[in-house]
Amino acid sequence: MADVIDHPSRAAATPPDTRAATGYNFAYLDEQTKRMIRRAILKGVAIPGYQVPFGSREMPLPYGWGTGGIQVTAAVIGPDDTLKVIDQGADDTTNAVNIRSFFAKTAGVATTERTTEASVIQTRHRIPETPLTEDQILVYQVPIPEPLRWLEPREAETRKMHALEEYGAMHVSLYEDIARYGRIIKSYNYPVKVNDRYVMAPSPIPKFDNPKMDRMPALQLFGAGREKRIYAVPPYTKVKSLDFEDHPFTVESWEQSCALCGAGDSYLDEVVTDDKGGKMFVCSDSDYCEQRRDAGHQGDGGDSNYATRNEIPENETSSGDDR
Amino acid sequence: MAAMTDIKPGFHDPVLDSQAVFRAVLDAMARPGRLHRVSHLKDVPAPLAPATAAVCLALVDQDTPLWLAPDMRSQGAETFLRFHCGCPLVDDRSTAAFAIVSGGKLPGLDGFAIGDDAYPETSTTVIVQTEGLATGEGLVLRGPGIEATHRLAVLGLRSGVWREWADNGPLFPCGVDLILVDDQTLAALPRTTTVTEQEA
Repeated sequence: MADVIDHPSRAAATPPDTRAATGYNFAYLDEQTKRMIRRAILKGVAIPGYQVPFGSREMPLPYGWGTGGIQVTAAVIGPDDTLKVIDQGADDTTNAVNIRSFFAKTAGVATTERTTEASVIQTRHRIPETPLTEDQILVYQVPIPEPLRWLEPREAETRKMHALEEYGAMHVSLYEDIARYGRIIKSYNYPVKVNDRYVMAPSPIPKFDNPKMDRMPALQLFGAGREKRIYAVPPYTKVKSLDFEDHPFTVESWEQSCALCGAGDSYLDEVVTDDKGGKMFVCSDSDYCEQRRDAGHQGDGGDSNYATRNEIPENETSSGDDR
Repeated sequence: MAAMTDIKPGFHDPVLDSQAVFRAVLDAMARPGRLHRVSHLKDVPAPLAPATAAVCLALVDQDTPLWLAPDMRSQGAETFLRFHCGCPLVDDRSTAAFAIVSGGKLPGLDGFAIGDDAYPETSTTVIVQTEGLATGEGLVLRGPGIEATHRLAVLGLRSGVWREWADNGPLFPCGVDLILVDDQTLAALPRTTTVTEQEA
């Protein structure tokens, strides 16, 4: 294990794991694999939105748990980096905790839950609410990198469609939504066009996050382990969500604000609080919510009278056994 | 066959030095025209520049055929690259994944691999050794990775390079990418960057 060099950003971050695993190369992957992934990343950056094939490796976790993101992070990360990992916006879920500890052990890097302290952020299905900066790299875990896959199952065909910039089928599919439901019903993994050329899957982030990708100062890298694809969006690159002139792209909105921090501008998760219909809406981005609460913001604690207000009769919400 | 003692040393720490050089190239490619210093190698075989050698050690291996321009060939350089990178050195630049050229004798950009529309990543990354790089003056760069415009001065290039570069852009998604090197400094121009020589 190489010596770890101190970095100013570590001041408030968790110190590097001194119990780093021995017997592995730095950041787990062997050097030849890293070179191959690094070359793929560079091509991805040079061809924004194009899915570069790469020789995805077996990782010590199953496909679908972020093998693509982990391989990209392993190829990019260095001892000076501070890593943050989020899963659906939260730093404290199983997937996020384990990936963070994986790199703390195999690379000895500092980790953090704070968006502003991180230099590399690996994410499953959210973009942090706090705007990212030029000094950060956002690594997405991607299950299905091919936006056209549900329309055309053959790889040879979708590759041709991308080569010829033939995206009619995608527009027809969005139009069918409008014809059937009056609006485009895709709410996550909403297709985007990158730099006016490639249609790209933004990974299953809510469409709420799509506008954040547009001209983002941070570099965005995407890794799909099972599907063996890497792609990228360079900083300050145009990312446009597909839409129609008469049906422009819109994002989700809520009547509520966050029950914990009162934020009215963040993506909210619905949390069921009892078996009587009680529920609350809280920020999906746990760090954003915490920073706001630390700054003194407070929510209304949730709507405990939700059931009453919506006039759900008592006998329908109580468990049936007490009669 | 060169004796082992003739081969200049590689990275002091192959793992972390490769990572640091890659990150410099990644940021250079993501933010075209910005300068990055890679000082991991001091003693490299002529005519390679320290940054050229560092990029090769970080990215080139047995999977990536390398083409050396005629004025970049020397026994020291070839032995160094064969030994540290294990890469095949090829005679035909249209089959190379990486190429090392000098700015003054840069061969026509159209002779390198540009990839094809289905697999545009099978193009050549050309490492160009220049006589000087400076930001804030010179060429005006635009494109992905650049907020508005960025300025980069490149010294020691033969004439006509930027006319050929203007023909490279419309090939997108195909086309070559450039890594510009000056001693221990590097910058990159991906195929998406447009270059204007003079701003009114």
